[in-house]
Amino acid sequence: MRDMKRTTNALALAVFWFAGLTTVFVLGAVILYVFVNGIGHISPEFIFGQPHGVNAEGGIWPMIVSTLYVTGLAMVIVTPIAVLAAVYLAEYAVQGRLVRTIRFAADTLAGVPSIVMGLFGLAFFVEGLGFGFSVLSGAFALSFLMLPIVMRTTEEAIRSVPRYIRWGSYGLGATKWQTVSRIVLPAAMPRIITGLILATGRAVGETAVVIFTMGTMINTPVLPTDPGRSMTVHLYMMAMEGINLPAAFGTALLLMAMILFFNLSARWLLRRNRRMQG
Amino acid sequence: MTDEPRPNEMPTVRGDVSNLKLVSRATYIKEAALKNLFLLCAFMAVAGVALIFLFVGYRGWPIFTEVGLGDFLFGQEWLPTEGLFGILPLFVGSIVVTVGALLLGTPLAVGAAVFLSEIAPPKVRTIVRPAIELLAGVPSVVYGFFGLLILRPVVADLTGGLGFGPLTAWIILAIMIVPTIATLTEDALHSIPEGVREASYAMGATTWQTISRVLLPAAKIGIVDAVILGMGRAIGETMAVLMVVGNAPGFFRGMGAPLSTLTSQIVMDMPYASGMHRTALFGMAIILFLVSMGLVLTVRLLSRLREDVS
Amino acid sequence: MTHTLAEHEPGFVPPVDAAVKIAVKGLDFFYGDFQALTDITCDIKANAVTAFIGPSGCGKSTFLRCFNRMNDLIIGSKVEGLITLDGQDIYAAGVDPVDLRRRIGMIFQQPNPFPMSIYDNVAYGPRLHGMKKKSELDEVVEMSLKRANVWKEVKDILGRGGLTLSGGQQQRLCIARVLAVQPDVLLMDEPCSAIDPTSVQKIEDLMAELKSSVTIIIVTHNMQQAARVSDDTAFFLQEVMGEPAMLVEFGRTPEIFTSPKDKRTEDYITGRFG
Repeated sequence: MRDMKRTTNALALAVFWFAGLTTVFVLGAVILYVFVNGIGHISPEFIFGQPHGVNAEGGIWPMIVSTLYVTGLAMVIVTPIAVLAAVYLAEYAVQGRLVRTIRFAADTLAGVPSIVMGLFGLAFFVEGLGFGFSVLSGAFALSFLMLPIVMRTTEEAIRSVPRYIRWGSYGLGATKWQTVSRIVLPAAMPRIITGLILATGRAVGETAVVIFTMGTMINTPVLPTDPGRSMTVHLYMMAMEGINLPAAFGTALLLMAMILFFNLSARWLLRRNRRMQG
Repeated sequence: MTDEPRPNEMPTVRGDVSNLKLVSRATYIKEAALKNLFLLCAFMAVAGVALIFLFVGYRGWPIFTEVGLGDFLFGQEWLPTEGLFGILPLFVGSIVVTVGALLLGTPLAVGAAVFLSEIAPPKVRTIVRPAIELLAGVPSVVYGFFGLLILRPVVADLTGGLGFGPLTAWIILAIMIVPTIATLTEDALHSIPEGVREASYAMGATTWQTISRVLLPAAKIGIVDAVILGMGRAIGETMAVLMVVGNAPGFFRGMGAPLSTLTSQIVMDMPYASGMHRTALFGMAIILFLVSMGLVLTVRLLSRLREDVS
Repeated sequence: MTHTLAEHEPGFVPPVDAAVKIAVKGLDFFYGDFQALTDITCDIKANAVTAFIGPSGCGKSTFLRCFNRMNDLIIGSKVEGLITLDGQDIYAAGVDPVDLRRRIGMIFQQPNPFPMSIYDNVAYGPRLHGMKKKSELDEVVEMSLKRANVWKEVKDILGRGGLTLSGGQQQRLCIARVLAVQPDVLLMDEPCSAIDPTSVQKIEDLMAELKSSVTIIIVTHNMQQAARVSDDTAFFLQEVMGEPAMLVEFGRTPEIFTSPKDKRTEDYITGRFG
């Protein structure tokens, strides 16, 4: 009886160890696979060169520029709106129907499948507002995707600032906005930036939204109204057509490197901040 | 006590001492204006949902009026070139892919969450937790690429055929929903007070007994939430599914036979679709939007239920 | 308890004709439907230290927060009755609570330096109210830190984060921060309950020095501390859970501690409950 109990326990623990380590194994496998197959293709010509020929030989510079451009622009659009929205929810809002509606909308927005967001971008920004397939359309559509993520992380960051620090400021005769802008936001800043970086990483990896808003044309965009092809879209097209697989691996590796960079810098920032606060 | 002289005179920062200042109109207006500006920003989330619904709905609406809700939702043939716009096979395809992914992914994710929160030594935890977060960050197109080149040949050997089909999609999607479910389950486990564990161990329960009889039941509603949100992620996932599922719009014919889903069919058809075909694709987007909204709503109702209970 | 009085009696006698700084008449306080305080009337004398004592949860902190309208920040709170500062109603329509809080400073139980440098902590208030010149700010910062008895310890590390100081130093930094906006009244909400005994001594000394220029009200759990530092004492009590708390007795500190008029005050002071 006792042995049985012990055996069951050991067996169950083994299963949990297996589940936990599987996640690490899968991540390791994906990263290693992309790295081993992609690293041989990474060269200055590949990163900074122009593609040519029907099989898109050569470099992927236009895709890198398109990706960074559309993501950067989306971040510029979403940051002020999402941060101020979070300030409203965390500092000003009174519980009630209005706040419930806003929260439900944010949750819904976070759950909208990216393909739906892509079609929405196509119908509204590309065709409705006449922005065409462009970096601008892509950035607006992506900003809707990022809005709930940045709102949530920012609200959590603001709420993690202790209440009694706010009291100190109010007690000195600061107005609400003075307290928020001079005390609360600076104190929450590292965590807000962490959230922004994570949302940016998410946007860099997004495919279904940008394919229908920025288009698929290989082009190095200069103006926001220019079309472009993101790295993810490029990878998708190369992989599905089964042509030029080495370039697909190279693109996947650069994409993963970018996303790892975003994630690790976010973690680093958070850790450094935690250490500084004791 | 310091022996430094006490300063009496300081540069003054205030006006008249004896009169209470009234609220300055300028300050009041400024503060109120800022508050309304922030509210406007927060309202962008509502505006976003409304815009999506309106614009996708506007484009997709004719499918309900001209083809009809019944023929659209329950039509068994998706043959746009012949004017048949039945999305039932696609809808069933989405469900088949999602359910399979949940069956595979949920035990893995819950297991990983229990491992992280109850079993893993701190050192192991500092490796596993970031790994799960990074899994969430891997772009879906990279998952699709990985599935296409690595998993598909393996599945092809197992099932015959080319390896495009539900089984490959299940495995890839299961991996993709692990972070969503694991993170939320871990949160639910964390919110159980430490005393509950101690009480169970103090009665001579093993770790497994504590987990299975005390902790998992206590975290039940949180896990249900997690699975529902994972379901939302799976049903809406596009690129990874598209790249491995085979995209043959018919009913389920086996784990290794090509299938199509709502999301994958939209991406496949959109580049060339026109007229009613294009309208039908927008109609499918409305369905996806309503399903995802319904899942969010379910989670909300569950959490309200939980508040009522406690 | 009486022995502490003997040591301190000379210092305890406040000016007989001390002007009234704050007058409270028939004050009721509500959180939503719940009434927390009922019918409180008392006069707080200028340039004196008034102590609020009583068991936990008896509403003394709530009462304290009525003076600088910090309770306004709590949604659903409501004040009825009258509080005047220098004879003027602080809840009168149109009175700016923000400006009021500059004139009535507050020290909290938990030292709460802002996550910025020591210098910026003290300069925060003056900057809020429009002081920009570096030389003026330098002067205010130095004088405030001196008045708060913490200058010697921090004068060489003004650029360091306020959170790096010890708890007691942090609390004195917070006092300096409040003094920098030159309040007439200083509200102290259990300022010594979260810090070490040496710092407690320093803060008590500080109060004795400050009261020549500032009216001080202190909420404390520590009755010895109330007896040591205060001129007047108010005893609060919530007799029944769920019922509002009230002011049981208010008077000169030596009298409250040696010959309380109310049986309940006597019970509390001699340790029979609370």
